[in-house]
Amino acid sequence: MMGTMSPPPFERFYVRHRDEVLAYLRRLLGPRAEDAWQETFLRALRAYDRLEHGRHLRAWVFTIATNVAMDELRPRASANLAQAPETAAELRRDAFKELEHLTDALPPTERAAVVLRYGYDLPYAQIADALGSSEEAARAAASSGVRRLRRTHERHA
Amino acid sequence: MNVTPELDARFRAAAVREGIVDVRYDVVDSPVGDLLVAATERGLARIHFGSTGQEEELARVFGSRVLRSPIDDVRRELDEYFEGKRHEFDLPIDLRVAAFNEEVLRELARVPYGVTTTYGALAAKVGRPTAARAVGTVMNRNPIPIVLPCHRVLGANGSLTGYAGGLDVKLQLLQLEGAILG
Repeated sequence: MMGTMSPPPFERFYVRHRDEVLAYLRRLLGPRAEDAWQETFLRALRAYDRLEHGRHLRAWVFTIATNVAMDELRPRASANLAQAPETAAELRRDAFKELEHLTDALPPTERAAVVLRYGYDLPYAQIADALGSSEEAARAAASSGVRRLRRTHERHA
Repeated sequence: MNVTPELDARFRAAAVREGIVDVRYDVVDSPVGDLLVAATERGLARIHFGSTGQEEELARVFGSRVLRSPIDDVRRELDEYFEGKRHEFDLPIDLRVAAFNEEVLRELARVPYGVTTTYGALAAKVGRPTAARAVGTVMNRNPIPIVLPCHRVLGANGSLTGYAGGLDVKLQLLQLEGAILG
């Protein structure tokens, strides 16, 4: 692997990461993930010729995906739910299976931190990049998310 | 959860439509085997005998934003050529070679369908009658074989000499065109 060299041709980068980025966005966005996935790789492609090296490309594309997902989640989440509460709840139940649905109730930043840490095994330094925060803040968001999940779980248990 | 072929195709089309791809490529099957064809916004840039392994070379020459995507006009004209229905290509060409190579390749493009010439004759046409060897090197590095018809160039004694796709492919193309070999 030529980690420190110039970025690989976009096609290789895209084929290597397209599936896991879609899975990540499905965890964050459920059925809205496909549009966000396309926007993620379009943003990556727009910026690709300005990359100075080929290091941390996985964290980089997760950063973009996280930003796209945040854009999607923050302003519209409540409006969408208000418009069609039943449909949204229905779609969510289908899309989030097993563990994924647990993170659904978390605030966006905590959700992204938990999914990147425990779903994708990204180190905190890279999660910090993805969230545009410090490493401590990323660590705090993940642990706060886990505590919140634990409380929710205990309430329901 | 894997990306479906439909979603994949939608992304590739959107990327090309937006004009953010440096070079796209496609694999076209033909009677002489798979051809990897590549095009920029300016036109057809590469034809490679084979189907894989060109991404790095394309990135080096045209930029890192390399994406596989259908190139319909090239596919169609190549199909028509191999069916014997097309004798000249109408495709715009993006030729990024040294000045001498470009001059030789432009001259090569004028060699008509079904007609052969020699390295020496081509050298004479560009005003360098003693440069047959240099012309041979240009043919050897022709980035767009078939469309720029280096298969129509033979040795002074009529021998096939050489070809990137192999001498059998050179012969096959000349036979397709009905060229008479001396």
